[in-house]
Amino acid sequence: MVEDRRLGDAIAYVILSIGVLIVAFPVWLTFVASTWDNPTIINGQLPLWPGPHFFDNYYRILFVGTSGTTREPVAGMMLNSFIMAMAIAVGKIFISVLSAYAIVYYRFPFRMAAFWIIFLTLMLPVEVRIFPTFKVVSDLRMLDTYQGLAVPLIASATGTLLFRQFFMTIPDELLEASKIDGAGPFKFFKDTVIPLSMTTIAALFVIQFIYGWNQYLWPLLVTTRDSMQTIVIGIKKMIVTSDALTEWQLAMATAMLAMLPPVLVVIAMQRLFVKGLVETEK
Amino acid sequence: MAQVTLTNVKKVYPGGVEAVKGVSFDIPDGGFCVLVGPSGCGKSTLLRMVAGLETISAGEVSIGNRVVNQIEPADRDIAMVFQNYALYPHFSVYDNMAYGLRNLGTPKDEIDRRVKEAARILAIEPLLERRPKQLSGGQRQRVAMGRAIVRKPQVFLFDEPLSNLDAKLRVQMRVEIKKLQRALGVTSIYVTHDQVEAMTLSDKLVVMNGGQVEQIGLPSEVYKKPASRFVATFIGSPPMNILPGTIDGPGIVALGDAILEARDLRADLAAGARVEVGLRPEDIEIASEGEAGSLPFDIEFIEELGATQLFHGQLAGLPFIMQAATDTISAQPGRLWISVDPDRVHVFDPATGQRLGL
Ligand SMILES: Nc1ncnc2c1ncn2[C@@H]1O[C@H](COP(=O)(O)OP(=O)(O)OP(=O)(O)O)[C@@H](O)[C@H]1O
Ligand SMILES: [Mg+2]
Repeated sequence: MVEDRRLGDAIAYVILSIGVLIVAFPVWLTFVASTWDNPTIINGQLPLWPGPHFFDNYYRILFVGTSGTTREPVAGMMLNSFIMAMAIAVGKIFISVLSAYAIVYYRFPFRMAAFWIIFLTLMLPVEVRIFPTFKVVSDLRMLDTYQGLAVPLIASATGTLLFRQFFMTIPDELLEASKIDGAGPFKFFKDTVIPLSMTTIAALFVIQFIYGWNQYLWPLLVTTRDSMQTIVIGIKKMIVTSDALTEWQLAMATAMLAMLPPVLVVIAMQRLFVKGLVETEK
Repeated sequence: MAQVTLTNVKKVYPGGVEAVKGVSFDIPDGGFCVLVGPSGCGKSTLLRMVAGLETISAGEVSIGNRVVNQIEPADRDIAMVFQNYALYPHFSVYDNMAYGLRNLGTPKDEIDRRVKEAARILAIEPLLERRPKQLSGGQRQRVAMGRAIVRKPQVFLFDEPLSNLDAKLRVQMRVEIKKLQRALGVTSIYVTHDQVEAMTLSDKLVVMNGGQVEQIGLPSEVYKKPASRFVATFIGSPPMNILPGTIDGPGIVALGDAILEARDLRADLAAGARVEVGLRPEDIEIASEGEAGSLPFDIEFIEELGATQLFHGQLAGLPFIMQAATDTISAQPGRLWISVDPDRVHVFDPATGQRLGL
């Protein structure tokens, strides 16, 4: 029996390792490519270990920019992406927590109608309503602004639904105890609902940050100036159809940099997740 | 401290469920009132109307001569202990108790003094820094009590506060609640469907059924003179035996061939009228064959409860239970002749279920 289990474990590990290799290898290759110079890559002789140009490449891409298509340094693009992703994540959490609180805890006329209208927006992501949304944003003179980048992506129902489901699991007695303890609606929200929702908020933050960071189509439409460009668009612009013009080592370095913030967010929030999983408070 | 008065209180839930159908009673200052009744009889609804957690459809609730129908729960000067405790999971025990006082704007040192005092009374001082989920059920129960007493309210409201505890702890907490209530002298309303809790805690027992009050009185009164067949079978364990009988004369009922004297029986009843006769299992005495008022009881099996024994069997063809202290009777399955003190024979109207008492 014991042997059997060991064998089973060993097989599981082998399969897992193969899986990890398959996922990780392209990332490793990207990293390796970002540390060599362009001729090495273009000649198709890229080694499997890092080269000597790590600092040159990353310094250049971050603060100077490529010599070809996009002249902006990537640091600026990262800032744009970061502002957009943060605005989307924070804005969405703010709006959805409030709207879910209203729907779950208040009785107002057309409450269910409001809920269904919010629900309907699930079926209308930005991609579907892209023309009218673009028209609205441009009429409001929000092209090439952070508001223009973020606001249309904030408006969607996922967060509201998530919080609604969560709020409905908070026992009614907590609300009643709060009422007796003299906490009004706002105090109950601030002192009880928000602290209990912390792990849900963290989860939504991670998902929305990554969603915002990885946006491509919408930023492509609403930004025209190079200074407003996000990093995902930056990568796309660096890869030119004619191979000779693409500075592959820089494009790869940009790709590495583009991966970094989502990873950091996941790592930072992971502790909250684990805490949430271990101590299900309620 | 305050007296609580309910005047013709009604509750109709949206959707038309009439949960409380006009209830009136009052609880004197410092009194301990227990609402007891079967599941769904409207006990919680009534309590929650006093708390202000449900609107009052009709009638009036007043606390200390102030009508509170339109007053917010926080301003009614009450504290409530919930069945599942409803502690704030993200607060420490200390903060759970302090929260209400903080919302009232009580000075910090006063809050600290009161919380520490409550913790001392309830013996939860070492737990003040813990979160609710790091506590046992009994400790949570104490914290919930602590949260109620730090407020120094005029009225305590309890909704089945002990029903999530195991039997032993329940007895212990029951005694503590009673002591605490005596010591603090706070008017209390306590909802339960456990009749032992109801009997031991109350100085005013309100038995409810189907949204209405069946009987109000001292627990001993309710036990000795149940106002209806419902109360008679609800209070007391094992429940009272109910047998069909007829009126045989003033103060006399006939059960089949046997004649029983019933002292508390109305005299104006026509002979031959059908009635229901109630005999408590613990009121049964041993008699001998042929003795006046003796009944034949056919014992089928015996349950040993330790201090007492339960004899299950049939009397006049109907299921019957008798209880006796262990070793007083060495009864075997078979026939036993029994009798009942005439003071302890209860007679009810079969149609209305009302007691046919003097
Ligand atoms: N929010 C509600 N809406 C509609 N009907 C309700 C509501 N709450 C309770 N009821 C009904 O009102 C009646 C009384 O309910 P209540 O909770 O007061 O019973 P209870 O005596 O406390 O019972 P238990 O001992 O099971 O707690 C029940 O028939 C119940 O179905
Ligand atoms: Mg109840």
